[in-house]
Amino acid sequence: MKAKALIPLLIFIGLTVFLAIGLTLNPREIPSPLIDKPAPAFNLRQLNASGQALKLADMQGKVWLLNVWASWCVACRDEHPVLVEFSKRGVLPIIGLNYKDRDADALDWLQKFGNPYTTSIVDADGRVGIDYGVYGVPETFLIDGKGRIRYKQIGPITPEVLERELLPRIKELQGA
Amino acid sequence: MHKLIVMLCLMLATNCYAVQTGSDLDARVAHLTEQLRCLVCQNQSIAESQADLAMDLKREVREMLEAGKSDAEVRDFMVERYGDFVLYDPPMKTSTLLLWLGPLVLFLAAIGAFIWRLRQRSREQDAAPPDEAELAKARALLTNKDEQ
Repeated sequence: MKAKALIPLLIFIGLTVFLAIGLTLNPREIPSPLIDKPAPAFNLRQLNASGQALKLADMQGKVWLLNVWASWCVACRDEHPVLVEFSKRGVLPIIGLNYKDRDADALDWLQKFGNPYTTSIVDADGRVGIDYGVYGVPETFLIDGKGRIRYKQIGPITPEVLERELLPRIKELQGA
Repeated sequence: MHKLIVMLCLMLATNCYAVQTGSDLDARVAHLTEQLRCLVCQNQSIAESQADLAMDLKREVREMLEAGKSDAEVRDFMVERYGDFVLYDPPMKTSTLLLWLGPLVLFLAAIGAFIWRLRQRSREQDAAPPDEAELAKARALLTNKDEQ
């Protein structure tokens, strides 16, 4: 009889645990199916006077970051100083994917806020963005020397994200 | 009243007309994009959403269908990029087994509990037949009633 009286309490505790877990999850963050898969190929014009193309294959053998950004993206502005600071440490190449932007606006933006990118490539119609499953700018992909995506950051890179999530993985990949 | 009916008929007729003139492709695009979830405004389908990405994806779906791709190929294209999340109707596999079978399991558990409870109750009733004293009392009451 006593055990029976405890059943509602147990159900309540179970529910509370599930709800508490639910509270810590961010429903806007959709796990990417691309993790540990080969990065989708691209061949895009660079955002500079030369306008030369950059291909995925050009990055073979390097551990690098692909940072999706746009001058119209508000959250990119929060992220930008972190990237600029990080780029000064010269840890790895950071390639910018200028997503659905105008060249003039993008160049203005880099002039104004600094340019952390080794180079930026232009994805004006957002097709490469679709291939990478981009749905909210900024997004950042960590890609290894074999051209596989190893980590995806959705939303701005904060100093905490950089120290806790990105740097340890970068070190591990560069060591390997 | 007659006028009203005629008007209603006309309204319905124009509706039908509009649907039939829409090309096959439009219908397929609409049907497919209704089954895909917009990633930016997550409670809308790609068909409903006016978000930039949803527009791009509508364009992408249309182009793929124009190029002769099947509905399944378009769906695979989306899942490859955005995961099962884009499907309103997730596929059955090990990671979604609980999602699909959970309700059935709960239902069976409820039925099981119900049957168990019924059995227990009938056992309780069988277990304690009235003893002699109780029967005598009952009889006395009945006979008393007859006398009255």
